[in-house]
Amino acid sequence: MDEEKQHFDEMHSGQTGVRLPYSDYQAWFGNEDAARLSKKSKEAEAFFRQTGITFNVYGQAAAQERLIPFDLVPRILSNREWTKLSKGIEQRVRAINAFLHDIYNRQEILRAGRVPVELVAQNDAFLPQMMGMSPPGNVYTHIVGTDVVRTGENDFFVLEDNARTPSGVSYMLENRETMLQMFPELFQKIKVKPVSNYPKNLRRSLAACAPSSCRGKPTVAVLTPGIFNSAYFEHSFLADQMGVELVEGHDLRVVDGHIAMRTTRGYKVIDVLYRRVDDDFLDPLNFNPDSMLGVPGIMDVYRAGNITIANAPGTGIADDKAIYSYMPDIIEFYTGEEAILKNVPTYRCSEPDSLQYVLDNLAELVVKEVHGSGGYGMLVGPAASKKELSAFAAKLKRKPRNYIAQPTLSLSTVPIFTKKGLAPRHVDLRPFALMSPGGIDITPGGLTRVALKAGSLVVNSSQGGGTKDTWVLED
Amino acid sequence: MLGKTAGGLYWMFRNLERSENTARLLEAGFRIALTRSSDPASEWKSVVTTASVSNAFAAKHDSYTAETVVDFLLRDKSNPSSVLSVIESARTNARMVRTDLTTEVWTAVNDNWMALSDAFKRPIRLTELPKVLGLVRQQSALVRGALHGTMLRNDAYDFAQIGTAIERADNTARILDVKYYTLLPSASFVGSPLDNVQWETILRSVSAHRAFRWLNDDDMTSANIAEFLILDARFPRSLAFCAKSALENLDYLAKDYGARSPCHDMAQALRQKQRDRDIASIFDYGLHEYISDFIKENNALGLQIELDYRFNG
Repeated sequence: MDEEKQHFDEMHSGQTGVRLPYSDYQAWFGNEDAARLSKKSKEAEAFFRQTGITFNVYGQAAAQERLIPFDLVPRILSNREWTKLSKGIEQRVRAINAFLHDIYNRQEILRAGRVPVELVAQNDAFLPQMMGMSPPGNVYTHIVGTDVVRTGENDFFVLEDNARTPSGVSYMLENRETMLQMFPELFQKIKVKPVSNYPKNLRRSLAACAPSSCRGKPTVAVLTPGIFNSAYFEHSFLADQMGVELVEGHDLRVVDGHIAMRTTRGYKVIDVLYRRVDDDFLDPLNFNPDSMLGVPGIMDVYRAGNITIANAPGTGIADDKAIYSYMPDIIEFYTGEEAILKNVPTYRCSEPDSLQYVLDNLAELVVKEVHGSGGYGMLVGPAASKKELSAFAAKLKRKPRNYIAQPTLSLSTVPIFTKKGLAPRHVDLRPFALMSPGGIDITPGGLTRVALKAGSLVVNSSQGGGTKDTWVLED
Repeated sequence: MLGKTAGGLYWMFRNLERSENTARLLEAGFRIALTRSSDPASEWKSVVTTASVSNAFAAKHDSYTAETVVDFLLRDKSNPSSVLSVIESARTNARMVRTDLTTEVWTAVNDNWMALSDAFKRPIRLTELPKVLGLVRQQSALVRGALHGTMLRNDAYDFAQIGTAIERADNTARILDVKYYTLLPSASFVGSPLDNVQWETILRSVSAHRAFRWLNDDDMTSANIAEFLILDARFPRSLAFCAKSALENLDYLAKDYGARSPCHDMAQALRQKQRDRDIASIFDYGLHEYISDFIKENNALGLQIELDYRFNG
């Protein structure tokens, strides 16, 4: 318990025992019966299973579909906290989009020496096929999920940017839906900003990015790798909520210079493709020739300006964790402003001094692969055994350029509901931003992921994390 | 609508219909084998034959007993037509076409899969068989109810209905195909106790015994039974009813899309096989030949629909 007390708890770290944003919730919770809440918690699980809100875990044949555990205590942010956060995210998204346009065109930031050339040129996520073109409306990052962590009352950090194909937004929506079903009375007592407009806004934002060649109302579709993909539920959910078709690669082909989907009445042209397929698999003619998931020739249609691909191919370079370490410079370079949201201090292992420091302090640091995601291939120093540490040190020495390291942050906690009452657990937050020529729209809140194991800092659903509903209070 | 989605809906409802039909078949077989037959093995064998899984069954089991047949038809995943297999396929199809289903239909299919996966975890004891078979039928009825009660009457609904009709027609025709000889008007057998048992099996396999009695005053002759199951469009599992339903729903599609395809003529021809016919003329033509033709044409219709509406490319 003593160890837990060092962390900032978002509910209980206030002088009076409860921080202001949680005071109304605390008043309600105090009058609730633990047995009733336990029952509600079980109902929520049954609801998720019945609705099929599941995800597939790769390499686990027996338990192919799993639920992401849902905790019924909301994570609450005040309107003031949110305003600062959303301003910071908007600034960051704008900068990332400008950065992408720049590195695929004039490359001024490289010429100015603010980001090392080799970091871009030798990066696997950099797509030469994107050079010299501008996507419709100059939008690269139609949807961005920015992972934010908190360490204190006013200390928010961006942990990573997800400009490639951020997932999790369906959980943000279903978590709220679940809470509304379980505790309707709560939402009468406490005014929470709604999230339910997201699908409508997503469709509108995507349609606003349609190619200029598109006449009439743009046809939008969601491209999924198929029902065995870990995020299939989300793909079908979003297509359903937007009222657009959910397509797979084999439903599509190039017809008269456009991408068209096979319908019961013949081929129909698609103007905007929200793809949930990685760059590598998007076009077997231009990228991975073995891909069965993409559409042969789609890149040529794209370069001819006849389809919008969201997010644009090649945006993954902005997710690179080595690029991340330059993000304060990138923001300053394109917006002329100082970054509103802080970066976590990052050691680039490609630099000899940093590598030495990282090796000397491995047990205190978090080490990540620069291209990694989902918490895989990551070392949490304080939680690792001696053996794991020395194995990782060997990997680091072999390919230092593949890694960055960060101090272990004292992540904030939010209580979860357990059999023994409330217990603090570490959380992060992924708000979702939509970008179109008309502007940037950020849904209030986002997805709060929570490490269910006491003391654990790993919130990824693939590794035992859960989720919470995230509330932004009206004033 | 995507061609793939149309195919997904069509197969989802074929699979659901198959689960229900297999349950009916087992229910009839179980009842006859236990209570009426001096040769239960041959009764179970004919259940397996009717389900069109003879080769797969023989590869796995040596003898036709209640236990082996029930297990193979209900919960053996190596049998692609077992209830567990088709329920899983139905749900997989439903996941694929989820954007075209109402929440109620999706939830019903998902519930169906959860309930039956659970019920089929362990081998089914014969004492609990009636309850389990009841569950299969009930679950399938819940999906159908959700479909009728909540879906828009658009192309998605039409494809679901067409899948149901084609599968059901195939099922009734196969039952007739396996047992046709018991319906032949051969003098030596008419009215014998053996015939009565066989006839009852046929009627029970399509849950028709009660409806048949209502309409025929217990006048159980082979001609009456054959007429009822082939020509009577009031009975929802007769060939006439199924062919009519396939035709009607294909016509809705043609109207909706403003275009007719080869499958429409085939459906018309299949329906014509029961129109302006009486049972005597079918016996004259040859009952077995008539049923074989029907099965072939019904299959061909299914394949043509897949082509015309671009299920696969």
